[in-house]
Amino acid sequence: MKAPINRIIPFSNVDGPGNRMAIFFQSCPFKCMYCHNPETIQMCIGCGLCVKQCPVGALTLEDKKVVWDEKKCVQCDTCIKECPHLSSPKIKWMSSDDLVEEIKKVQLFIRGITVSGGECTQHRDFLVELFTKVKGLGLTCLIDSNGSYDFSLDEELMNVCDGVMLDVKATDPSFHQKLTHSDNELVLKNLSFLLEAGKLEEVRTVILPTFPDENEQTVRAVSRLIQGKCRYKLLRYRPFGVRKEGLDFCGQILASQQEAEHLKEIAFLEGAETVII
Amino acid sequence: MTKVHQIISDTTLTYHQMMLSLAKLAESEDSASLPRTPEELEALKDGILCDLNEGLVPFRPRYIIPDYAKFMKQGSAFLDLKAPEDLWEACNSLLILYRHVPSITSFPVYLGNLDELLEPFVLELDEKTAKKCLGLFLTNIDRTLTDSFVHADLGPKESVTGRLILELTEEMQLAIPNLTLKYDPEQTSDEFAQLCLKCMLNTAKPSFANHSMFVEEWTENYAIASCYNGLTVGGGGFTLPRMRMYETALKSSSIDDFLDNVLPHYVKLMCQFMDKRVRFIVEESAFFKSNFLVTEGLLGLEKFTGMYGMVGLAECVNYLLNIKDPKQGYGNNPEADALGVRIMARLDELVSSHVAPYCDAFGHHYRLHAQVGIDSDGRENSPGARIPIGCEPDMASHILHSTKFHKYFPTGIGDIFKFEETWIKTPEALLDIIKGALAGGMRYFSGYLENNDVVRVTGYLVKKSELAKLDNHQQSLNNCSIFGVGARDTSDALDRRVEAYEGTD
Ligand code: SF4
Ligand code: SF4
Repeated sequence: MKAPINRIIPFSNVDGPGNRMAIFFQSCPFKCMYCHNPETIQMCIGCGLCVKQCPVGALTLEDKKVVWDEKKCVQCDTCIKECPHLSSPKIKWMSSDDLVEEIKKVQLFIRGITVSGGECTQHRDFLVELFTKVKGLGLTCLIDSNGSYDFSLDEELMNVCDGVMLDVKATDPSFHQKLTHSDNELVLKNLSFLLEAGKLEEVRTVILPTFPDENEQTVRAVSRLIQGKCRYKLLRYRPFGVRKEGLDFCGQILASQQEAEHLKEIAFLEGAETVII
Repeated sequence: MTKVHQIISDTTLTYHQMMLSLAKLAESEDSASLPRTPEELEALKDGILCDLNEGLVPFRPRYIIPDYAKFMKQGSAFLDLKAPEDLWEACNSLLILYRHVPSITSFPVYLGNLDELLEPFVLELDEKTAKKCLGLFLTNIDRTLTDSFVHADLGPKESVTGRLILELTEEMQLAIPNLTLKYDPEQTSDEFAQLCLKCMLNTAKPSFANHSMFVEEWTENYAIASCYNGLTVGGGGFTLPRMRMYETALKSSSIDDFLDNVLPHYVKLMCQFMDKRVRFIVEESAFFKSNFLVTEGLLGLEKFTGMYGMVGLAECVNYLLNIKDPKQGYGNNPEADALGVRIMARLDELVSSHVAPYCDAFGHHYRLHAQVGIDSDGRENSPGARIPIGCEPDMASHILHSTKFHKYFPTGIGDIFKFEETWIKTPEALLDIIKGALAGGMRYFSGYLENNDVVRVTGYLVKKSELAKLDNHQQSLNNCSIFGVGARDTSDALDRRVEAYEGTD
C-alpha cells in the first residue's frame, strides 16, 4: 500500500507536544478559503499544465502522469502557482516502510509523528499500518484532522492513535459551509466523541480578521465544551499563500494580536484552561 | 611607520589592547630562543601549519584551568587571601584571582563551575541580596575581563546560583562570560535545562556540553573553557597550533597518497613542533617554576596536555574528491562524509600514536581539537570539521552529520544552530532535539535566535552593535570584536542557516 505524501518536516515544534516529525498527505475533502497550502487539496489530474513552466525541466509527462525529478528540482514552487487544480506535481508515493525509514533516521530527536495534510484520514488504511509500525518504535502517533472523518466508527484506528488535533473552523453551520464548502455536523460530533474518549490532544481555530462575531461564537462554544480537558490553540489568520478567492473572502491582512488576546480572554471566561495564541 | 608606531597610533585600540599588541610584537622579534626548522617554516609559509598567533617564545601555557574549588578552600598566600566565608568575599576573591590567571589572550579562559563554587554562599543569603551580589560580580567580569574567550561553566545539577546567573545573563544581555551547561539528562532537570535553553535563545548562551561524554574521557574533573575546549581542572592546554587540512590536501596526488604519505608526514612535523613548544614552556619559561598558581597547587603540570588543532576538513574532503560545489560536498554527500570519517580516524590514529613530552595524565598524548577558525582563514578552511556556512543541510541531517565527527575531539568541537523565533515558545521541543543530539554522540550544541544583539560568531560571542561601532572606527571594549568583523566580512559567519518555522496551518 502506498500513499501520496506532499511533504515531510523532520523537526516540527508546532504539531503537538515536543519535537515531532510532521507528515503531510495529499488531498482534502474541504476547500477552506484560508488554506495556506491550497496545493494539498486535490490529487493531480495529470493535465500537464505545470510541466512546461518548470524552469529547470524537473517535470515530465509520462502516460498522462507527471513525473517529478527531485534531484533536478530547485524548489521554486512555480509549478504549484501554475496548477489550476489545487494540486502539486511534487508528490511522492510512499509505503509505510518508506516512511518508517525516514522516521528512524531522526528517531533520537522526536517524541513521535504527526500526520497532517491535506486530510490524512483520507488514507485511513495506510495510517493504521503506519501507526502500528511507528508505535513499535516507541514513538507516539498524532492525527491532525479537519474532523471530516467519523472517528467514533473506527476503533481500529483509535487504538493505534495517541490523540487527534482537531480543527474546529466554525461552529455556526452556515458559516462553516461558506468557509470550507462543507458541513460541520461531523466535526462537532468528533469534537464531543474525541473529548469523551480522551483522544482530543488539541483543538485549533483560525481567527479571521473580518469576522469578529463568528470568531467569538466559535471560541465560546469550543471553550464551553472542552473546559480544562484539552489545549485550545487560536491561530491568527495570515494571508500568505492564500489563493485569490480566499483573500477576497478573508481579507489581505493578518488577524490582529489584539483580537487574538481578546478571544483568549473570552475562552478563559468560558472555562478553557490552556489557551495558546 | 614602524610596527610599534603603527600600534601606538591606532585609535581603535584601548590602552590595554595596545599593551598586549606591543607585548606580542616583542615576542615575535625573538627568533633565536626557540628556532624553527626550515621544514617548519616552509609548512607555515604553505599555510599547512598555523601557530595561531602563539608567538615565537611561549612564556605560559595557552589555556589555564585553575582549581578554583581548591582556592575557595585554601585561599592564597601569594594574594594574601583567606578562604572566603560569605558570598561577598567569595566573589571578591574570585575577581582578584581572575586578574592573575594568564592565557594566550592574557585573560582567564576559565572562571570555574560558578554554581558549584558559589552555591553554599548563595544559600546563606536571601535571594534578592544574592542576586544583587551576583549581578555586580558579572558586571565586573564583563567590564574588566573584556574578552569573549572568558568562559564559565554551570551544572550538571540545578541550583539557585545557576538559575540566578541565567536570569542575570538574560536581563543584562552580557557578551562575557561565555557559558556552558554541563548537561546530563540523568542529573539535570528538564526544568533547569529549559531555563538554559531560553537563555541560550535570547543571549546565545549557555551552550550544552555532553556531560557523560566528557566525563568518560576526562573524569568528572573536567572544564569547558575558551570557545568549547574540554580540559582538566587544575591543568589546561600547553599549546594549540593548527593543521589546515585543505592546504595539506593540496600536497597530495590522491586520496591514498594523502592518507598514507602526506598526512603522516605533516602530523609528525606538527607533533614535533608542539613537543618543542611544550618543552620550552615547561623547562625554559618561569611559569611552572615560580608562578603561584603552580606553587600553591591550583595547577599541576601533570594535568596539562597539548591540543592538536585542525580546520578545513570539509574543504580537504571536497578537494580530494574533486567536488567543486560545496553544496554537493561534505555535509550533503554520503561519499564525502565517509571520506571525512576515514580521514578523521586516520588523523586520530596518527596523533595518538605520537609520544609527547609531559602530558602525564593523558598517557603522554596530545588530544585533537576542532579549531573554530580565525578571520584570515576566509572560506578556504571551515572551522574544524564543520560544514561550510551556507551549505548546511536541514537540521536533522546536520546534527546526524555532527554526531559522526564529535567523538574524535576530546579537547573540543561544537556546532551552532540559529533558530527562528517560534522555538522560544517550545523549549520542550528544542530540548528533545538536544537530548537526541547528545545521545547520538554530539559533543557540544550552541544556538541562538535570529535578531539578537549578542551573537556567536564561530565559537565566541560578540555584540552586533559592537561590530557596528568598529565599522564606524570607534573603540570597542571587547577584544574579540575585531575578530568578529573579520569573520563576518571574510567568511560570512553571521549568515548561517536559520532553522525556520514551518507550520501546518
Ligand atoms: S518547484 Fe521544482 S518542479 Fe516545481 S517548477 Fe520549481 S523546479 Fe520545477
Ligand atoms: S500538478 Fe496541477 S497542473 Fe500539474 S499536472 Fe497535476 S493537476 Fe495539472
